[in-house]
Amino acid sequence: MKQTQQSPLNFDYKYGFSMPDTSIFRTQKGLSSNVVREISHIKKEPKWMLEFRLKSLNIFYQKKMPSWGADLSKINFDAITYYARPTDKQGTSWEDLPKEIRQTYDKIGVPEAEKKFLSGVSAQYDSEVVYESVQKELSKQGVLFCDMDSGLRLHPKIVKEYFGKLIPPHDNKFAALNSAVWSGGSFVYVPSGVEVKLPLQAYFRINSANFGQFERTLIIAEEGASVTYVEGCTAPIYTTDSLHSAVVEIYVHKNARVRYTTVQNWSNNVYNLVTKRARADEKAIMEWIDCNIGSKVTMKYPSVYLMGEGARGEVLSIAYASRMQHQDAGAKMLHLAPNTSSRIVSKSISNNGGRTSYRGLIMVHPSASNSKVFVSCDALLMDEKSRSDTYPTMKVKNQETEVQHEATVEKLGEEKLFYLSSRGISKGEGEGMLVNGFIEPVTREIPLEYSIELNRLMQLEMSGSVG
Amino acid sequence: MLRLNNLTASVADKTILKKISFNFEKGKIYAVMGPNGSGKSTLASVIAGHPAYAIRHGTIYFNKENITDLEPEKRVQKGIFMTFQSPPSLSGVTIYQLMRYSMQGKKDPVVIRSEVKKYAEKLKVPEILLNRSLNEGFSGGERKKMEVLQAVILDPTLIIFDEIDTGVDIDALKTIAKFIKLMHNKNKTFILITHYNRLLKYLRPDVVLILRNGTIEKTGNMTLANHIEKHGYGS
Repeated sequence: MKQTQQSPLNFDYKYGFSMPDTSIFRTQKGLSSNVVREISHIKKEPKWMLEFRLKSLNIFYQKKMPSWGADLSKINFDAITYYARPTDKQGTSWEDLPKEIRQTYDKIGVPEAEKKFLSGVSAQYDSEVVYESVQKELSKQGVLFCDMDSGLRLHPKIVKEYFGKLIPPHDNKFAALNSAVWSGGSFVYVPSGVEVKLPLQAYFRINSANFGQFERTLIIAEEGASVTYVEGCTAPIYTTDSLHSAVVEIYVHKNARVRYTTVQNWSNNVYNLVTKRARADEKAIMEWIDCNIGSKVTMKYPSVYLMGEGARGEVLSIAYASRMQHQDAGAKMLHLAPNTSSRIVSKSISNNGGRTSYRGLIMVHPSASNSKVFVSCDALLMDEKSRSDTYPTMKVKNQETEVQHEATVEKLGEEKLFYLSSRGISKGEGEGMLVNGFIEPVTREIPLEYSIELNRLMQLEMSGSVG
Repeated sequence: MLRLNNLTASVADKTILKKISFNFEKGKIYAVMGPNGSGKSTLASVIAGHPAYAIRHGTIYFNKENITDLEPEKRVQKGIFMTFQSPPSLSGVTIYQLMRYSMQGKKDPVVIRSEVKKYAEKLKVPEILLNRSLNEGFSGGERKKMEVLQAVILDPTLIIFDEIDTGVDIDALKTIAKFIKLMHNKNKTFILITHYNRLLKYLRPDVVLILRNGTIEKTGNMTLANHIEKHGYGS
């Protein structure tokens, strides 16, 4: 790891930040303060953001790699492109894509235009019409919804007030990295008392800005507001860059409610290291629904800081790991006020030598009287080669706390499969059915089109027809 | 309709069934009795095609077709069905879903749904259970009723009832037995594997087989079952 700001970027005036050339959309590989300046410059950011980025870069250099969790030693920070405009991503041709990815798209029935976008063949997805009508509806209600870059440009006051406050750059090495080079992501602001009925993004889930490598999302729900946000998609997302490190900050004010749903299926060369945190004020409700299917390594522990009396937090998650994959995922709940409650439901599936780990933290502060904690972790092992571990941490400092913790590990038994086959259901189909049944408590909470695709994907995974 | 020819089967290298030959005829009800470990359940599993059991010698014919090596799911399609002694619970899978998958598009899901409801009512299964994960938290009787329910929906020609009467209270047993009786007709062959003759009193089998040490020791009729009820299998 480089500790100095030695620049891998050959600093040539022509390509530098001080003389923008609109045809230059991509920074050179590797990280340096010049790269960071260039990103900020291309985006025409205010000075405070540039300073924030530079400060974050220093923190990134100083922070050590996490010594726990998944193996990250193979990440080469010098081989990564830290910024590329969406239009620059074009250039891959359909034929260049790995065969397995193309086949998977066909099998789960992704529309042609979507396939091209997901695979990086096309940077545009024609959803403008729907997008505009939804935008019109939202702006009538005073809801702000745009990509994060535009958010900063159009609503600098709100962004400055909240950005990086819940997850400061020094939170962890990858939060620092994201803070230095972030690009894209979403900005959502819901005014007091407004209930957004459509799940945001479900209707135009293909949005180039949301597929960045270092995306940054900020959601603010004012008092009594309510909103559901959906990110990602079931189809595998192919990228040649091997690191995805996002930061998501969510503010749920008094009596507000936010649900954030993720379906992650990065191609299996990607390190997916994401920091997600929400703050829930008095009687607010925050729900994370997190489905991790793809990537090589995922480390992600959505958290809720229950700051106000009566606040409630939930994390429902699915982790699926197959050959050469490690899903190290979990949840964190911090009870910092009385009468707060939390619920964690984690379902993991390890198949074909894959590894899943549940890592969770429950903290109940002495002041958080009458709090309720529920944790349930179920692991399903498809074969002898696969592995599952649980690392739960509970720090309960208040005596009047009701804690319920359940954990199960189940091997997909021959007996159940024989039962299904004795009802006319083949082994592959039967495995798919059992897996889908196992994750059903979570999938029933995600939008229908996603859960249908997810079920189909699991069915394909089990019948061994996905690469 | 089902012919076992010199059948020898083992599980984990232990021979359980030894050179069994028997012909089950169409339209008849058979009872298979015998002490614990005599091979009754193995017989049922082997006919249904359980992969854990290896057939060492012999052949199974179903409607004159050799099905010895056929996958279990294909046997169902040919009309063979077994109810489980201890049916497993299936998280997140309802009876409706299971039947929809089983029928493989051969029946309209709406029809399947109404049939499941109709027969569940006849079997006195509370409707609320139909929307729950199958067998999860179900009582012994409820589990067995769900087995019989599947048998009637899939409408096979050969049904092996493997200890349908164990873990079932007397009221549930009556309901199940009456239901099985209604299911039976001249085209269907039933094999009842049981320890007790209380089920047999309702169903009046045509033939009673006594299995011991993996071979058929005796065949007879209800008199034989009654004799065993009184005197046991002897030594």
